[in-house]
Amino acid sequence: MAHSMNATTDLPVILEPKYRGPDALGFSRWLARMPIWALPALAVFCLLWPTVLHAQAVYSVEKIMGIMVKWLPLLVTKGFLMNVVISFFTMLFGTIAGLFLGLGRVSDNGVIRGFSWLMVQLFRNSPWLVLLFIVMLTLPFEIQIGGTYIPVPDWMKAVFGLSLPVMANLAEIVRGAIQSVPSAQWEAAQSLAFTRRQIMWQIILPQCFKRMIPPWMNWYAIMTMATPLVSLLGVTELVTLSRQAMEAEGNNPSLLMPFFGFALIIFFAYCYPIARLTLRLEKNFAVKG
Amino acid sequence: MIETIQDFFRWMAETYPKWNFIFFHDPSQWERVVSGFYVTVQLSVVCVILSVVIGIIGAWAQGSPSRIIRWIVQGYIQFFRNIPPLIQLLFFYFALGQFTPTVTGPDGWTEQPIISNVGWAIISLSFFAGAFNVEIFRSGIEAVPDSTLEAAESLGFTRAQTYTNVTFPLALRVSLPALNNNLINLVKTTTQAIAIAVPELLYEMVSIWNDYASAQNAAMTVLFFTYIALVGILAFGMNRWEKKLLVPGFGKAS
Amino acid sequence: MPAWTDQQPIVSIKDVHKSFGSLGVLKGVSMDIMKGEVICIIGPSGSGKSTLIRCVNALNDIQAGSITIEGQEVHDAKLDKLELRKKVGMVFQQYNLFPHKTALENVMMAPLKVLKEPKAEVEKRARALIKKVRLEGKENNYPGELSGGQQQRVAIARSLAMDPDVMLFDEVTAALDPETVKEVLLTIKELAADGMTCILVTHEMGFAREVADHIYFTDRGVIVEHGPPDTFFGSASDPRTKEFLGQIL
Repeated sequence: MAHSMNATTDLPVILEPKYRGPDALGFSRWLARMPIWALPALAVFCLLWPTVLHAQAVYSVEKIMGIMVKWLPLLVTKGFLMNVVISFFTMLFGTIAGLFLGLGRVSDNGVIRGFSWLMVQLFRNSPWLVLLFIVMLTLPFEIQIGGTYIPVPDWMKAVFGLSLPVMANLAEIVRGAIQSVPSAQWEAAQSLAFTRRQIMWQIILPQCFKRMIPPWMNWYAIMTMATPLVSLLGVTELVTLSRQAMEAEGNNPSLLMPFFGFALIIFFAYCYPIARLTLRLEKNFAVKG
Repeated sequence: MIETIQDFFRWMAETYPKWNFIFFHDPSQWERVVSGFYVTVQLSVVCVILSVVIGIIGAWAQGSPSRIIRWIVQGYIQFFRNIPPLIQLLFFYFALGQFTPTVTGPDGWTEQPIISNVGWAIISLSFFAGAFNVEIFRSGIEAVPDSTLEAAESLGFTRAQTYTNVTFPLALRVSLPALNNNLINLVKTTTQAIAIAVPELLYEMVSIWNDYASAQNAAMTVLFFTYIALVGILAFGMNRWEKKLLVPGFGKAS
Repeated sequence: MPAWTDQQPIVSIKDVHKSFGSLGVLKGVSMDIMKGEVICIIGPSGSGKSTLIRCVNALNDIQAGSITIEGQEVHDAKLDKLELRKKVGMVFQQYNLFPHKTALENVMMAPLKVLKEPKAEVEKRARALIKKVRLEGKENNYPGELSGGQQQRVAIARSLAMDPDVMLFDEVTAALDPETVKEVLLTIKELAADGMTCILVTHEMGFAREVADHIYFTDRGVIVEHGPPDTFFGSASDPRTKEFLGQIL
């Protein structure tokens, strides 16, 4: 295609598609686009659902309200708080591991590069639930360090399980950010006799740091929304507790909407400000370059 | 041949008790794995097809002149796109499943719901992935410049001819990379059907290692690499298709 | 309506008004074009010249007046658009080739899909047209592999494949770089020499002077002045025309 890109053929053959997948801020964009009244609207809908759909033969609104009020404190303190704790530690481990894996992807050592590539492919392309099962069941319930046994609680194992896919996806973000720094920066630094490691840590990474924050926060929101998965492995969190509460209250179907509705609302209330912030940061960074 | 393989794994289970590939030497366990694998593939294929159909119809409906139809589609997308699929599955199966009528089962005396758990998994996962596909296809259609469509119009193409000969082939090329990602994600999400006891691969593997503790490591290894292979095959196929449709000076090329 | 004969104008534009919202673009434009004539419409940007020829091809509608082609009213709700577009070919500034089809396929597409003609025949004709626009050997290249001028010539061949009676050219060289402009103009010149009725919106004054039978100068939605090239360029009388020609030449 020697003459393929004549100076004058840059007319819009096809326009830039607007869609971006959930990996590229798509999730935050979706969440942040929701009007702020979506939350109260959802709450009202969930409360009215039982009265509208099957007012007869089931619990009255008062009874459902009573049940919800009884369980809410537990759902928040023992349930949702656990989701937050899990998401926090997952992000911590995932970020540290992802940073090094991402650096490995651009290493000048072919073996490291190949190994990092393999890790990224393996953990990006396997289902989260499979990773969770494998990690939860393979990790011991306590670790021996020196002479002391440190117990590893279930939720901590879940954190390791969730960290793997987060690590692989963050590694790709790190790699993308590093490669987006113009190569002239490398050359300029090399001409000043910086070593490769110095260039990476002192010149390149500080520049990409800002660029990585929005996608990093986006992944935090995606992962937080995925934390209910751990309920399938018996870890106590919001969905696990909700199902136990519903069972304790006689498993009446009219309780499903209030309980799951509450789960949706609290996740939404937590992730919505993060999404707004993510987009605002991205906009700010885009202007300043 | 088969017996040699079975003997090998039987020997392995005896030599290394933690690596009992039980399904490679016990035909009844092998059948469980195969049936789980079959359900996973079935679930994936049906959901992929349905979600693409939903995506095409939804993208078309979003261009509808009727404001109500556009609102309905928008509402659908907003609702399904990012409620965690796990909660969607639980909700569909437990909440909506209560209201569907029951029919008499094949044995003639038990009542079973008209939509089974597999049915609910298919519905829920297809609508989940379909919501993404609507957005993907719509942005593909929007990426085709009006002037290209105008050229088709000036050549005498009708609206339908323009759509099938120009808009769709171009929009498809734009949409493929995002579609590729979404479908891979869908295949990975089929594992969550375990929440409503759909007997897919993960479910069968978990029950095997619950029954035979010695098979745990082996089952996990096979499970992990089977999914990697499934996703790999899909990704490979989609990339081949993408490459085949790639034309010079268009999209990635040049 | 009496049958059209080629003694009458092939394209007849009478008192056409067109506005986009409150913005009037054409304010009473009239012109008659005889079979085999080559017409150039010139004028400053925004003077409505592109809109005029888009109206001739029914890509835009008009608010008042009439446009007839071979005696057939274009802006008639009952008009068979396919019949119109078989008679009128159009080439755009931005070529607008179908990027997923090769040069040959681009030329073949409309006769195959719209007219549903047999493939062998269409291909034969398409190859002849590609040859006519001097692109032999580029049949199997995709638009992305061709230069702007080459793409524009494929676009001309694509329009010719419908065997039109009138060709409309909407600033077809405006997006090209100077070297490739020449080859496109040469193609149009050959087409005119073959007796094709052509309406060109152009900024190429030298070209207009050489090939046009008649030149129209439009400004702010009206025809300010018109005449054969020699008179037009030699003794333009309106101050607006003079100013415009002064800037260009």
